[in-house]
Order: sequence, then structure tokens, then C-alpha cells
Amino acid sequence: MKVEQISIFLENRPGGLEQVTRILKDAGINIRTLTLADTSDYGILRMIVNDVDTTSRVLKENGFRVSRTNVVAVEVPDRPGGLHGILAVLAGSGVNVEYMYAFVERSGENAVMIFRFDAPDKAITILQQNGLTVLPGEKLYAS
Amino acid sequence: MLEALQLKRLKQVVQRVYHTVGFYRRVFDEASVTPDDIKTLDDLKRFPFTSKQDLRDNYPFGMFAVPMSSVVRLHASSGTTGRSTVVGYTKRDIDTWSELMARCFVAAGLTKNDIIHNAYGYGLFTGGLGAHYGAEKLGASVIPMSGGNTKRQIMILQDFGPTAICCTPSYALNLAEQGKAMGVDMRSLKLRVGIFGAEPWSEKMRQEIENVLGIKALNIFGLSEIMGPGVAMECLEGRHGMHIFEDHFLVETINPETGEVLPPGEEGELVFTTITKEAFPLVRYRTRDLSRLITEPCRCGRTLHRMDRVMGRSDDMLIIRGVNVFPSQIEAILLAIKGVEPHYQLIVDRAGTLDTLEIQVEVGEQVFANADEVKVLQNMERQIAKDIKDYLGVSAKVKLVEPKTLQRFEGKASRVQDKRRI
Repeated sequence: MKVEQISIFLENRPGGLEQVTRILKDAGINIRTLTLADTSDYGILRMIVNDVDTTSRVLKENGFRVSRTNVVAVEVPDRPGGLHGILAVLAGSGVNVEYMYAFVERSGENAVMIFRFDAPDKAITILQQNGLTVLPGEKLYAS
Repeated sequence: MLEALQLKRLKQVVQRVYHTVGFYRRVFDEASVTPDDIKTLDDLKRFPFTSKQDLRDNYPFGMFAVPMSSVVRLHASSGTTGRSTVVGYTKRDIDTWSELMARCFVAAGLTKNDIIHNAYGYGLFTGGLGAHYGAEKLGASVIPMSGGNTKRQIMILQDFGPTAICCTPSYALNLAEQGKAMGVDMRSLKLRVGIFGAEPWSEKMRQEIENVLGIKALNIFGLSEIMGPGVAMECLEGRHGMHIFEDHFLVETINPETGEVLPPGEEGELVFTTITKEAFPLVRYRTRDLSRLITEPCRCGRTLHRMDRVMGRSDDMLIIRGVNVFPSQIEAILLAIKGVEPHYQLIVDRAGTLDTLEIQVEVGEQVFANADEVKVLQNMERQIAKDIKDYLGVSAKVKLVEPKTLQRFEGKASRVQDKRRI
């Protein structure tokens, strides 16, 4: 039930991000969602794409440092307290959220959040036991 | 006659190293020279050079000419194990060093009535203790400040009223800047003279220091291998070139490429022979410092020849805030850290008055493949900075960069961008 995410190391310099999007455009990759974690000198660009293998290959070929990470996509009820409901079931379980961001598309009536947990399998079990919907990767990759 | 004394001492030291230091016996034999070949001072030319690498190869005590029971002090250059150089001193060596440092203070116009603020670092670095012992020998009152803690230094400069200061020239400017920021009129302090060394500086910096501190700024030269500070010193009267204490050190300038001895006045690499040191005598030690000798008489009346300020290096050593750093040392530290690749570039600059060192390191493939988190990268940056500080004693800003953004070089020197305009 995990989703594979592509991360790349990016220096903070003009044109850095443009170079990435150009490489992906030329390779016919569709970026489904992305987020950028930044520090003063560099950032980590994290993406969910329609073709993880090709994305990883073309970026490596162009000299980027690439990481493939398992993240978890969870449906979040689009109402006050929706996100809290998810975090509340995890609180006390010892599972830590390393980072999270929103997926751009909705899943029916719900929003979708992407989580990076330090223990993804355990997190998935807990979420499912509590009746939350964890989305499979295929559902996100496809446009 | 100075030359007669030099010759007598040279003969003694060459005899002594041949019989007590295995390295010298070997290299003299290889060069087919014996101590008896020294008939005149000119015969020294026939003897082989000693290099920094020779000292490293004999780390830690292989170059010592006396048993450890006669050694009363050890100093060392910064560096990882096997890359630093360790020097030893007998009681008499310490006395000689104190005497020569006292001569430096006298050349700066100081007497026992002066208070000397010594901001050279105390410790393995020779600067602090070298100046300290010389100041005591002179009978002056010495404030053993050491480096750092700038606000406290400024308070002491105001409250204790030192008349002289010893530190690196860039630190003098830093003190002036910080003092000004604290609202202190640095020109109204009792300081009247500064003795600055341990890093290259220029006439422009001299003018600036003299202007902002309201003092006379003098240049001092030394290196731990030869003794420490006090090998040569500028006089207050001339303020042009440093008098070399030729009764203790013989100096030559050579072409760094060919090793050929150059006539006085020509720029070349300084080569020293210590003729009175007991524990750590060196014959024809190549300093890698580029300078020239001045043999014209000095207006101060001293007949000792002078050396011009050091104009550069004939190797890739960097001097960062007074600390000697070789790119190879940084490379060794990087390689010892898991996941760090040996692709790096050093950028040395000067922010205001202080040297800065930035180390750009490419992010390793494995490190990033295993963790895409900022904290992992930040931990790596911190680890590199900490190891550099621990081993080399300099603070560095570490910047992670994308692979292949750093040019691939053959030579180490190209790994360095020195943007300082001194």
C-alpha cells in the first residue's frame, strides 16, 4: 500500500528547478505532485510521478542525486478536524512523521495527504485498523 | 666576526645531526657528504635539503637529536595524525627562543616597563608561549590572553592598559572593528606598538592597522620547524624587512624549481639551517615561504641581514586565521567520513577582517539514496565542520553541492579558490 516517491538534491541556484522540469518534460514524465524542502543553501525536491523508473533514470543520467522513498498516501476527510483524526490515531503509537505534504487531486470527496513515516508499515496497519483509507501507488501515478 | 661564529656553530650542528639523527646520516651518506666537508659557510650548498615531507615521514620524534629526557617542551603544527609536525625543545632551546623573542620586543622599542597583551594562541601552536617567554625574559608584564573572546580582550585592553599587542594582523583589525562596535575609541588606548605575524599581510594592511589602532605595526617571522616566532623581526626604526637572527639561523633563498641558491635580493624560497638548536636541529629546511633577502644596511644600525615580507608559498599550504592548512589534510578528513565523496573545493575569502573557509562538498550517491531528509544532510555538514575544527583548529562553513558542479582537477592546488585580497 506504499507509494514510491522520487527525491532529488537541488542546490539553491537560479534555473535549478527549471533544469529538472525540462528533463522530465523531455522524458514525457507527468509530475502528479511535488514539494520542496529547503535550507539556505540547498533543497530536496520530492515528487510523485507517473513513471518512477524512467524519472529516476533520466535524472541520474543528468547527474542528479536521486533517492527513491516509500511514502504513504492517506485520504483525509475535507472538513475541520480531518487531518487531526489521522494524526490522533497515530499519536501514542510511536510512529513519527518525518514530513508530509498534500496531493493535488482529490479522491472523491476527500483530500489526499502524503506522509513520510519513520515506520511506514506500522503506520499503514494502524491507519487501516482505524478505518482510514490508504491509497495504493497505482491510483496516484495514473493521471 | 659573525661569520666565524656561524661557521663554528654550523660545523657543530652538522656533526651532531650526522651522529644523532638517523635521517641525516642517511641523506648525507646518499649525497656523499660528510660533516668534515664544511670548511666554509659556502660549503653548506653541497648538503641536501630537508623537506616538510621528511618531517612527516619521521613523525613524531624521529628527527629529534637528543633523548626525550632532555626535551622539556613539545609543540606541533595542526594536522591529522602523521601529517602534523612535532618539534621539541631542550631547556637551552627554550632559553635561546626566549632570548630571541626578547630581542624582537627590544626591536619593537619595548622594555621591562611595558605591558604586553599576548593574543597569540597558547597551546601546541608556538605563537602564544613563544611570545610569552620572550616577554618575561625582557621583564615586561605579559597578559596571557590567547586567542578568541574578543569582547573580553577589548575590556582588558581598556582596563589593563597594555602598551603592546601580539597577534595575527587580521585579528588586530578584528579587535579594532569589534571595539568600535562596542563604542570604544581604539585609538585612545595605551597601545603604541603591535607585533604581528603568523599569516601573510601587506603594507596596505599595515597602514590600516596603524590608522585604526593608532599604533606602529611591525612584522615578525617564524615557523615552528625552525623555532617558532622570533626567527626574524622588523625594527621600529626601519620598518622595512625583518632582521634575521643570523647568529642562530643561516638563511638561503633558492629557486623552488631547481634548488639553485639565488643571490641576495632575488625572490625565492627561504631555506633555513638552525645552528644552535639542540633538540630539533634542521639542515637546509625548505620553508616553502617565498621572500627575498635584503643585505643593504638598515637605518637602525643592526648589521643582521633582513628578509622581506613573505610574498607567497611555493606549495599549496593555506594560512587561515593564522592556522596552516593543507588541502590534503582536509581531503583526508572528508574521506574518513562515511558517505562523503572526495570531490570538494575550498573557497578562502575574507569577510571584513577575518578569513573564512568554505568547503563545498558534493553529496554522495549512497548517502542521498538512503535518506532524502534534510536532517541527514545537515548532520553530515555538522560532522564535517566538527572534524575540521577538531583536527585542524579552523572553523569552516560546509556547503553541500550537486554532483559534478565542482570541476574535476588533477592537481590539488586547483581545488582551492583563494579570493582574499591582502
